Amino acid sequence: MKRHHLGFTLFAAWVCSVPLAAEDGVFDQYRDLMGDDNPAVFVIDEGEELWFTPQGPGSATLEACDLGLGPGVTAGAYVRFPRYFADTDAVMDLESRLVHCMTTIQGRDLEAVTAKPYSLRGDFGTEIEALVTWLAAESEGATIAPEQNHAAERAMYTLGEEIFFYRAGPHDFSCATCHEQSGMRIRLQALPDLTSHTGAAEAWGSWPAYRISQGLVRTMGWRLRDCFRQQRWPELQMGSEASIALQTYMAVNAAGGTMTAPGLKR
Amino acid sequence: MKVLTMGIATALTASVAAWTLAADEIEAVLQNSFVAKNQATMDRLERDAVQTACSAPRGTPLDNDMLASLRAERLATVVLPADGQYLGDWQRGAEVAGNGRGLQSSDDPTQPNGGNCYACHQLAPNEVAYGTLGPSLTGYGARGQSEAMLQYTWTKLWDTHAYNLCSHMPRFGAQGILTEQQLKDVMAYLLDPASPVNQAAE
Repeated sequence: MKRHHLGFTLFAAWVCSVPLAAEDGVFDQYRDLMGDDNPAVFVIDEGEELWFTPQGPGSATLEACDLGLGPGVTAGAYVRFPRYFADTDAVMDLESRLVHCMTTIQGRDLEAVTAKPYSLRGDFGTEIEALVTWLAAESEGATIAPEQNHAAERAMYTLGEEIFFYRAGPHDFSCATCHEQSGMRIRLQALPDLTSHTGAAEAWGSWPAYRISQGLVRTMGWRLRDCFRQQRWPELQMGSEASIALQTYMAVNAAGGTMTAPGLKR
Repeated sequence: MKVLTMGIATALTASVAAWTLAADEIEAVLQNSFVAKNQATMDRLERDAVQTACSAPRGTPLDNDMLASLRAERLATVVLPADGQYLGDWQRGAEVAGNGRGLQSSDDPTQPNGGNCYACHQLAPNEVAYGTLGPSLTGYGARGQSEAMLQYTWTKLWDTHAYNLCSHMPRFGAQGILTEQQLKDVMAYLLDPASPVNQAAE
């Protein structure tokens, strides 16, 4: 499977060499220059291929996987996440729903499919990353509309809000430390205000995203894990209650916004 | 506070995780959601009195008497430099101010921690890569080096909550992020007239 493209690697090298001073402006120009040419297109293709590839002891594809709109329905499914699923009696994000389908429909080993959900620098992308990228593209242009009908979904939002403001670790950092004010930046990096609709819609609607500096597509699950690394916390686990709660908090604040993922980021 | 409690089976662990909105059970959710990695151990998820008081979502009414006593308690625990000397070497202070590493699971624990001042503050006017979460400190040395000023600045670095409870700033001294010598060096970076912080932009 092809995953790297020399042209984009060269672009990445060029962007990384741009002086910090003009970084935001230059990056916007670079994004304009790229237009619709997001290297994530290769990952989208790969994700689609994986969806239709028989895997596991039953040699099954993921076509029977119900992402909330019925088995096999992928268009518009991502913008409804996180959501409650009666078959697991749980609120799930897309990543944990995919894991559920891999273990039940394909009969694959839970530990094997969750061992390494996110690629490391210099790696090829993972299966989860590719599938999430394709499924996000299947919702591109759709309105963000996470389910909040079930009591468990509303409770997950409240839990997410509590965790968002939870200060801990040697630096006393919470998500709110960086993400509860508008128009702020850390060093030169602009910070979205995730407590506001505008900031949440911009952030939630642009992940997964191709990170040029890393040459990889990153999912929101990875974004959260890396935020907590910088918060000096232990490592956030994919599909964990805290991860799904925070994603619910962001998605609901973003409701009404437009899904533009897969995005293109520095 | 406990609005709703019900058990949900999480597909990933196949265990029944009871989720609830009670603040005292959020720690349990976090314990099940994170794993220790290198120096980032699980005890970091437990909150002390400051962290607990300052975790209330925006707009939550807080008990002013509790906040006042907590602030007084923080002020009382500030440790001033043992030798009475507040100012170190501004050049070493510049390194501390620019270094964003330290105490992350990905950091080498044998290396000194940074203060990462530039993540949030403008300092030397020639450094353009500064954040805006905190106020600009450019020209800070103009405030002078009176004993009161030295003690104020030291206290702000040691434990910001002694003056401004629930400030976003880390407690560099009280939490052991920076050493006494590193704090002195940062003090000099802020206050020494020769420091770039106190020089006009080129």
